[in-house]
Amino acid sequence: MSTLYFSKEHEWISVDGAIGTIGITDYAQQALGDIVFVELPEVGTALVKGGDAAVVESVKAASDVYAPVSGAVVEINETLVDQPALVNESPEGAAWFLKIELSDKGELAELMDRAAYDAFVASLEE
Amino acid sequence: MQTQDLLRTPLFALHVELGAKMVPFAGYEMPVQYPTGVLTEHLHTRAHCGLFDVSHMGQAVIEGGARVPALESLVPGDIAALGDGRIRYTLFTNEQGGILDDLMVTNAGDHLFLVVNAACKAQDFALMEAGFKGRDAALRILDGRALLALQGPEAAAVMARLAPEAAAMGFMSWRKMDVADIPCFVSRSGYTGEDGYEISVPDDAAETLARRLLAQPEVSPIGLGARDSLRLEAGLCLYGSDLDTATTPIEAGLLWTISKRRREEGGFPGADIVRRQIAEGPSRRRVGIRPDGKAPARAHTPILDANGRTIGEITSGGFGPSVDGPVAMGYVETAFAQPDTAIDLLIRGTARPARVAALPFVAHRYNKA
Repeated sequence: MSTLYFSKEHEWISVDGAIGTIGITDYAQQALGDIVFVELPEVGTALVKGGDAAVVESVKAASDVYAPVSGAVVEINETLVDQPALVNESPEGAAWFLKIELSDKGELAELMDRAAYDAFVASLEE
Repeated sequence: MQTQDLLRTPLFALHVELGAKMVPFAGYEMPVQYPTGVLTEHLHTRAHCGLFDVSHMGQAVIEGGARVPALESLVPGDIAALGDGRIRYTLFTNEQGGILDDLMVTNAGDHLFLVVNAACKAQDFALMEAGFKGRDAALRILDGRALLALQGPEAAAVMARLAPEAAAMGFMSWRKMDVADIPCFVSRSGYTGEDGYEISVPDDAAETLARRLLAQPEVSPIGLGARDSLRLEAGLCLYGSDLDTATTPIEAGLLWTISKRRREEGGFPGADIVRRQIAEGPSRRRVGIRPDGKAPARAHTPILDANGRTIGEITSGGFGPSVDGPVAMGYVETAFAQPDTAIDLLIRGTARPARVAALPFVAHRYNKA
């Protein structure tokens, strides 16, 4: 059973035991527009909560994807390197970016659940 | 800049109705993209036909018997050689040979018609007003006109329906004609590398004309995002990015805009420096750049040689939808300006391999008839 959390930087993390799967939200992909490039960290990279985790580029601009929590990268979604447009098509599904082994599950308490994130997005669009 | 300080073109309401994402650009609130997005808009323009609102650009005429020498005192272009109804791309230069703006000049018979960049128009108009003092040349700003660009391989078929006279026009020609019964200035020109037209229309008829054009099956509205990727693939310069006051026409690869007569006679600001660069060669040149990998290289990305020494900088860069990969333009030391020269681009702290490439990235398809 996994639990879904969201950051104010529009990343999501689905946590199952010690492993968290990270991606960007549908709101993020819509704001970015057509995504043409994704750069992922190497497996084994230690990510720090709030630090750079990946890079995503649309036709117009480059954006950083931040680590919503700290941990070591255990798997990356190589499909995105060849098919960056998948991020536009399935941001909260097939287009996950990477999986990490969480180093401090306590950090999850600072993230939002779906209802809180939806309210946060609604407040941005006002 | 606050939204309330931004100007709007006569098509603002139409853009909003079409679902455009509006952004500040050169003091105007302009559509950067419509709901289909930049990629689709770009590819639609190359395959069919796109309608662009470029009403933010400055339009003006120069009247008076000395209009040609007056303008030639400010630009290196050969305005005297411009035939009736013909258009030429030229540049305002400064005393150092730097570029103040790029512009299109039309010989409209008894006057010259100019289109200049939005961000530079106030400065350009002031430059001309000061430069024309004491001469029989008067600048008249056309601030009541919108400008629509219709671009793409199917633009001629669209115009043939609404303005039959337009179909026979050759590239870089201009004439007054009715389009959908609206009196317009029509030029066969554009900034996408495709065949197409730019249509100057009175403000109060602009939305009617835009709706008539959008009602044609080939035509989709296209925002500034795709306008930028289209002109980059076509190897065309964006003022403020690829051209600026510290860049000369020779460095920018725009020697072709200066005729033999103007090279010999000079008589434009910075002529001595430009002529010296023509004779001796510039120390840096504008080039096309193809990154080897997939990572786009954006403006201001440092360009390095094999030893890690900085030899230049990217001035425009991104993803080219028709190329289906990253493309860029920038300036490098002349020794590195030959196509296929291996260079590195410093992107996010990592040197990534790239090659100098011939421009344009996508062949121009202008109507030469």
